[in-house]
Amino acid sequence: MSRFSIGIDLGTTNSAVSYFKLDEAQARGTAQTMLGIPQITAIGTVEAKNLLPSFLYLPNDQEFPVGSLALPWGKDRKYIVGEFARSHGSKVPTRLVSSAKSWLCHAGVNRLEPILPWQTPDDVQRISPLEVAARYLTHIREAWDFQFQEAQLAEQEVVLTVPASFDAAARDLTLKAAQQAGLQNVTLIEEPQAAFYAWLEERGESFRKHIKPGDVVLVVDVGGGTSDFSLIAVTAKEGEVALTRIAVGDHILLGGDNMDLTLAHTVNLRLAAGGKKLDAWQFNALTFACRQAKEQMFADPTLEKTSLVVPGRGSSLIGGTIKAELSRVELAAVLTDGFFPKTAVTDVPKNARRTGLAQMALPYAQDAGITRHLAAFLTRQRQAMASTEDAPVQVADRKFVHPTAILFNGGVFKAAALKDRILEVLNDWLAADGGQPARELAGAELDLAVARGAAYFGWARHGHGLRIRGGTARAYYVGVETAMPAVPGMEPPVKALCVAPFGMEEGTQADVPPQEFGLVVGEPTRFRFFSSSVRRDDRVGVMVDDVVDNDEFEEIAPIETTLPARADKDELVPVNLQAAVTEIGTLELRCLEKSGAGRWKLELNVRMKE
Amino acid sequence: MENQDPSEPSFGARIATATACFFRALANPEFARRAAALLRPAPAPVTAAPVKPATVELPPERLHASGLTVLSLLQREGRLIDFLQEDVATFSDAEVGAAARVIHSGCKKVLKEYFTVEPILKDAEGASITVPAGFDAQRIRITGNVTGQPPFRGTLKHHGWEATAVRLPSVSATLDSRVLVAAEVEL
Repeated sequence: MSRFSIGIDLGTTNSAVSYFKLDEAQARGTAQTMLGIPQITAIGTVEAKNLLPSFLYLPNDQEFPVGSLALPWGKDRKYIVGEFARSHGSKVPTRLVSSAKSWLCHAGVNRLEPILPWQTPDDVQRISPLEVAARYLTHIREAWDFQFQEAQLAEQEVVLTVPASFDAAARDLTLKAAQQAGLQNVTLIEEPQAAFYAWLEERGESFRKHIKPGDVVLVVDVGGGTSDFSLIAVTAKEGEVALTRIAVGDHILLGGDNMDLTLAHTVNLRLAAGGKKLDAWQFNALTFACRQAKEQMFADPTLEKTSLVVPGRGSSLIGGTIKAELSRVELAAVLTDGFFPKTAVTDVPKNARRTGLAQMALPYAQDAGITRHLAAFLTRQRQAMASTEDAPVQVADRKFVHPTAILFNGGVFKAAALKDRILEVLNDWLAADGGQPARELAGAELDLAVARGAAYFGWARHGHGLRIRGGTARAYYVGVETAMPAVPGMEPPVKALCVAPFGMEEGTQADVPPQEFGLVVGEPTRFRFFSSSVRRDDRVGVMVDDVVDNDEFEEIAPIETTLPARADKDELVPVNLQAAVTEIGTLELRCLEKSGAGRWKLELNVRMKE
Repeated sequence: MENQDPSEPSFGARIATATACFFRALANPEFARRAAALLRPAPAPVTAAPVKPATVELPPERLHASGLTVLSLLQREGRLIDFLQEDVATFSDAEVGAAARVIHSGCKKVLKEYFTVEPILKDAEGASITVPAGFDAQRIRITGNVTGQPPFRGTLKHHGWEATAVRLPSVSATLDSRVLVAAEVEL
């Protein structure tokens, strides 16, 4: 019998774990418990910290003294996870794996193949993005088991967070990583929703004073490496407040780390112009100094400039020190205006969506303007809702979906100036479009909310608290190539058959579309697979023409299956496709035999798209 | 000085051992468990024959390992040893000042993370205060015109500091604690 609900925030740059005693009769309120995660912080030193940096270091055999990488639960470690991996890895980039989560959702590479650290020399034993995620989760499992020997993690209810923008393939992989790490009882939750749950728990019953039916809450989650938007509608249902997640944004590889790096590059250019050249280690120190200066200046609005000091790497500290300055003007220009520019709601990001899956390195966002990405999200969703019969919120006569409240999440927003900027920009849009200003839902702990909210959700789903409904944030389609004579140099147009509609709830399955496919036994069959976050009305069986290069669709990993050869069957088995959303939050596709009882699961192929 | 058994540790060595036990018990649960076992009444000796206890003389670096740990933390986060070992006379005040920022922010982090340091007296410095009879002579030092019996009236010159909590990390016993920072060779 489970005793804990454990929320794991597996972040791009930091991971955190919160837990909730399930026998407890009420929410934890502000005392939301975090798990101290023992990790190596220096050679031979183990310390427990609330954040586990999501960095993996693959040491050389002779690099460290014997036994110096031992953890309380394991003497012999061939790899390092956490604080020391990050700090030491910054000096040895070829052995450091970072941003593994971004690789996990990168369809342009084979995510099961050992490719990380990316483009590293051959003598480093590379590992797959899936394996990296599994190692972080293994570390967390072992840290938990070490501290709760009577309640091993494998027997507890684990809630694992994923960005709302993760597609079916990335969710599937996250779950596989959890299984590989020995977690058996796992549910997935979207991070912006988890942040909202944390806010609900923190507020307790008083949340009713802050949100009312009719509210539309925009969750802006800017993590270390990704930005994620969600809209949650508040409605009244049988006299009780109901919450529905009505839309999620696209995957944007842009986050707080980019901001500190941009500041450091700006200062570095100035230093280089003055003839001072920084090596990689010093550049890291500069980035760190910029982050501190940023926090200092955002905390104290009277500060006009801050000095940045980059210590020399050698033992001569004073002699080797490089000094620079960061002014408020520069901070505002680079950060506030660079990442959160004042734009019109019609101003869309350059190249906002991922185009083509062939690029190899991580597909970072081309446009750093988070407000432009936000504008694109709100206007796209308005179009999507305007074209449906039962729009969840009012969109008629509006240029974009009007949020009435905004919840911030992510360490970036410790800088109140950045929250203010987003509110200001959003409220300008609202005013120009005849709307009421949106307000901030204050109170959430920016770094730890996602883990806390996940643990709380684990408790709430036992029927204790308010739950956010919404189902899948996308509709899913299988590609069907149209028969036409081959034209050299031209790809035949691909039609898409809807197999799972928008908003499918967990634990339900979709109807079976009438279209039939012939599967050849004993041979792999493969379908192209697409999703759309804006086509809210497509029902199962709907066929959409020409989906390639249609920006309403995004192609995800192909799906495939191999039917076992059977003696009593013909070579060709007619089947229908059916989709189901599992209780744990993943999408499952199966083939149903047309004239028989045969059922085969289709696997998402997360190896490379060919 | 009283006569003492030469095999017995000196008073100074005992203080050192007691201090080391204190820190290690805080930092290392396993050590604390073993120490707790030692503190329980010893079982009656099975044999009456006096057994000469084997003296385990720990080398100073083992005995004072936690002190060395603090030094290496101050170096790691705040470059304190680099700074103290450098000849500051050749640098301008501005240069020393710039480096001091690194040292200050790093060493402060160590202090905050591994210790809780609080003033002993909460009054503002310069305030006129009363030192009661039976005051803690270790925590409060009286200076100036010290005559008569407490309570004393006086001016608070320095509020004192006290480490009210110590949270040093556990360091692997297999490592040589004399290494404060490793030499670094870039390949």
